Amino acid sequence: MTKKKNRNVGIVGIGMTEISSHKEDQNQPEMINEAVRAALADAGITLKDIDCVVHGNMELFEMVHQPDLWHMIGTGALGKPEFRITTGGTTGMTLIAASDNLVASGMYDVVMAIGFNKLQEAGSTTGGITNMADPLWYRHLQTGALTSTSANMTIEEFGAERARKAAMKHRIMMDKHAGLNERAHRRLGLEYNQMEDLMKNSPPLIGDLRLIHMCSQSDGACVMILASEEKAKKISKKPVWIRDHIAVHREETASNAYFPILSENSHRAAARKLFARNGITNPVEYFDVFEMYDPSAWWGIEWLRDFFLLKGDEAIKMVENGDWDLDGKVPVNPSGGVTASNPISATAMLKPAEVALQIRGDAGTHQLKREVRHGLASGFGGVMWTELMILEKDLNWQGV
Amino acid sequence: MNTCRNEISKDCFVVPGKMALPNQYFAGRVGSKFIISLRDSRKILGVRCPKCKSVYVPPLEYCEKDMTKIDENWVELGNEGVLTNYTVVNYRDAHLPRKVPYILGMVLLDGAETPFVHIVSGIEPENVEIGMRVKAVFADKTTNTILDIDHFAPVEE
Ligand SMILES: [Zn+2]
Repeated sequence: MTKKKNRNVGIVGIGMTEISSHKEDQNQPEMINEAVRAALADAGITLKDIDCVVHGNMELFEMVHQPDLWHMIGTGALGKPEFRITTGGTTGMTLIAASDNLVASGMYDVVMAIGFNKLQEAGSTTGGITNMADPLWYRHLQTGALTSTSANMTIEEFGAERARKAAMKHRIMMDKHAGLNERAHRRLGLEYNQMEDLMKNSPPLIGDLRLIHMCSQSDGACVMILASEEKAKKISKKPVWIRDHIAVHREETASNAYFPILSENSHRAAARKLFARNGITNPVEYFDVFEMYDPSAWWGIEWLRDFFLLKGDEAIKMVENGDWDLDGKVPVNPSGGVTASNPISATAMLKPAEVALQIRGDAGTHQLKREVRHGLASGFGGVMWTELMILEKDLNWQGV
Repeated sequence: MNTCRNEISKDCFVVPGKMALPNQYFAGRVGSKFIISLRDSRKILGVRCPKCKSVYVPPLEYCEKDMTKIDENWVELGNEGVLTNYTVVNYRDAHLPRKVPYILGMVLLDGAETPFVHIVSGIEPENVEIGMRVKAVFADKTTNTILDIDHFAPVEE
C-alpha cells in the first residue's frame, strides 16, 4: 500500500551552485542567492509565486546561530512563512521530504527548499559532530566521522583483495562520473589502471580507509521548488513527481543507549519498507538511476547491497561487472556522488535534484544515454539516518 | 564530574563542558569592497537597485526584493545621517567593544534606505534623541572591520 498522499507533488525548479572549496568571493547569503535565482529561472517563476521557504544546514558548522534569519537577504523569504530544518547530514533530503509534506498536506501550493553548507568556513566539523553525543553516557567515548568499520567488515566477508579492489573500482567509477559533471568539486581524472597504485599509495586515514576513498569538504548550495499537481502542471512542462519517501534512523550507538540491537541497518530497513508499500519487488529491474549519499567508497559498495535488498556478494559482483556504471543495470551517481562533492546540507538535496534532472533529460554533459523514468535517491546522516525517495517521470503509479 | 551542592539535588552529577569552536568567515567580494573603501578612502559605499531604486548599506550583491544584480551599481553615501533609533548598553560583558554605558544606534545615512548599527559617542545617553543628525568618525588605525568607522558623533548645529 502506498503511503496516503493528500495530493501529488512535483519538482518544478532546480538550482545549484558550482561545488567548490574556493568560494571566498561569496558570503553565505550570496552563495544561497545564486542557487535561489537558478531555481526560480529553471521554474520560470518569481519570488511572488513562492508560498513558503524551508531552509537548512548542518547546525553551527559555519558558527552562525539562526542563519535563516540573516540569510533572508539571499533566500527571498521576506514576508513569507519560513521553516528551518537541521537533521545533520540528512538535512538536504529532510528539506525535500518536509517540503513534499507541506505541499501534499494542502498547507502551501509552492514551496522552495534551500540546503547549503560552507565547509571551508567551518573550523572543526569533527568538534561539532562529536558534541552530538550525550555528555553523561557517551561523549567521553565518542570518536568522529572517520571509520574503517565498513572496510573491515567487507574485507572479513569477501577477503582483502576482492574487497579492496571493489572499493577502489567504485571510487574510480565515481571519479569518472564526476569528470562528466561540470559542477562536481573533485574531478581527479583517475583511470582504472591506477587501482593497484591507489590501493597501496593513497594516504591512509584509518585502517583500510584511505584518503582517496573519502568524501570531500565542499562549499555549495542547492535549491528545489516543489508544487502541487495543479500548479506543477501549469509551471513546468516536465515536472518530476515525488512518489514516496521514508526516513529511518537508529541511535543505539549514540546518545540513546537503550535501543534494542536491530537485525538490519537503516538503509535496508528503509528500502524494504519503501519498496514493499510501493509494490516494487525487483529494485534493480525497476530503477533507471540511483543517486546515493556515499560518504566513502567503502560505504558505497556496502550500502548498494542494502538499498537494493541484495544478498551475499550480489552487490560486489555487480561492482565487478560494471552493473552500476552509466551503461549498466542501474547507473549509480551520474553526478559523481559524495566522494566528489560534499557541501553537506546541499549534498543530500543534490541527490533528488540530480535524479530529477536525469528524469527530465536536463543533466547536460552527464545525462544518461538511457531513458530515465524511475529514480531513487538516498540521504544519510547522524549515526545511521536514512532518507530514501522515489521519483517518477509519469503520474501513473496510483493503484499499484 | 561535580555533584550539585544544593541539598535537594544531592548526589546529582553536573557534567562540565567546554567547546572549542574555531571558524572563519568569507566576507565575499561585495562586503570586502565596502571595508576596503572605508579603510583606504574613508568613504561609505552603498549599492542602488536600478529596478526598485532601493539603496542598500551594507551593500548586497543582488536586490533582496527583486533579485536584480546590483553589485556594480555602487553609490557613495555621505558620512552623515539620522539616528533612527538607539539603545543604551549597560550590561558589561567581555566581548563588548566599549566600556559601559555606551550607545548603540541605528544610523540612516543620507541617501540610504536601510539603517545600520553602530556606536554613537560624544554625547551623554540622557541627551540622545531619535532624529538627531550624526556623522561618522573614522578610526585612526584600521582593523579591516566595520570598526574602521570608530563611531558616529552628533553633528554640531
Ligand atoms: Zn530592487
